[in-house]
Amino acid sequence: MTPLTALLVRDMRIAVRVGGGALIGVLFFVVVVTLTPFAVGPDLALLKRIGPAILWLAALLASLLALDRLFASDHEDGSLDLILIGRAPLELVIAAKGLAHWLTTAVPLIVAAPLIGLLLDIEPPAQAGLVLTLLVGTPALTFIGIVGAAIAVTLRRGGLLLAIIVLPLTVPVLIFGVAAANAAVAGPVPFGTPFTVLCALTLASLVIGPFAAAAALRLDIE
Amino acid sequence: MRISEFANPSRFLRAASLTIPWLGGATVILFAFALYRAMLAPEDYQQGATVKIMFLHVPSAWLGMLCWGLMTVAALGTLVWRHPLADVTAKAAAPLGAAFTLLCLVTGSLWGRPEWGTYWVWDARLTSELILFLLYLGVIALWRTVEDVSRAARAVAILTLVGAIDLPIIKFSVDWWNTLHQGASVFRLGGSTIDPAILVPLLLMAAAFTLLFVTLLLAAMRNEILRRRVRTLRLLQASAAG
Repeated sequence: MTPLTALLVRDMRIAVRVGGGALIGVLFFVVVVTLTPFAVGPDLALLKRIGPAILWLAALLASLLALDRLFASDHEDGSLDLILIGRAPLELVIAAKGLAHWLTTAVPLIVAAPLIGLLLDIEPPAQAGLVLTLLVGTPALTFIGIVGAAIAVTLRRGGLLLAIIVLPLTVPVLIFGVAAANAAVAGPVPFGTPFTVLCALTLASLVIGPFAAAAALRLDIE
Repeated sequence: MRISEFANPSRFLRAASLTIPWLGGATVILFAFALYRAMLAPEDYQQGATVKIMFLHVPSAWLGMLCWGLMTVAALGTLVWRHPLADVTAKAAAPLGAAFTLLCLVTGSLWGRPEWGTYWVWDARLTSELILFLLYLGVIALWRTVEDVSRAARAVAILTLVGAIDLPIIKFSVDWWNTLHQGASVFRLGGSTIDPAILVPLLLMAAAFTLLFVTLLLAAMRNEILRRRVRTLRLLQASAAG
């Protein structure tokens, strides 16, 4: 097992064990979506129209949940120092940690999305498109957030600050994610246009995120 | 004279205290002249006198964006060259950028009330300006959260650079998002379509705003350096007493 796969497996094990946050993300997602009808009323036509937006917003907030512990817990028990002096390139290490975070927080949420979509009266063919946008878009949320997590690693109350500095940066992902999901559900725009841009955003953040986070971690620990 | 000679904070302080009064005076004179010209500028045939809000609105929008550019250069200075004044510049610039962006939002919303009948529309330009404002507040919050100044500077530098990459993408996506909802935006200002009678005062106001920005930035940088010195002296005093 290479160091990177070992790290991936370790992070995923920690996330699904007692004290890990893997299922809390899904629960949070379900609770947020369940609360929405109480706020906007039980009108199914309206819920169907804003359904993709609700799901995307809930996914965005849920992806922030475990993020502040991503490096902070490693920093507290000292394993971050070991990772930093290890021979594996820090950028790849961060990509592996990001992948583990995505697999444990975003993937359960994507699996749950069709079920939740039923509650919002989203038809099964449209659901496939919605799930596809979440599958393609959520890595971008993780890898934009990972920069904030690296910046806030040594802060005592980094969680709130993390949300403040990360959320404005996720505006493009939200716009194109919701646009593509809407296009899949009803919209006049062809699905491909916003979906391709969403893919581009994800690819760009996959590159920029690990490098910026690695720079932040190096400077932080130095 | 090379820019690196100002890396010495004492030399910078001397240069700053020499130039700040002159810059301040020039700002006042230019503002007086630009405001006078703006007052004389013809009223719009449709909007009447409210069009003059533009003379505050456009320069502040311009400076709000220029300031992030300056912070990006300062961030590179912090990360690449470890220039001692770079993080002072970045720290002093952030509240100024936020203030100009807020000024732009407030004047825009006051302008919007008589013209569009509402204080706020989710127009592409307004929305990206609002996000820029939120990013400035995030940067200021980060400055105020990390106690160690040099660590705060490096964290902010990375956030500034990521923001500099993301800002054009945000601008593009917000444009796309808005045109998707409303069709082509009508609140557009074509640069060349403005009459010289309005364009000249506008450029004068922009120059006055820039001069104001430079003056305030230099003063804020001076204050920041002095604040750090006071802190160091206090720490020395405390350690001597202990």
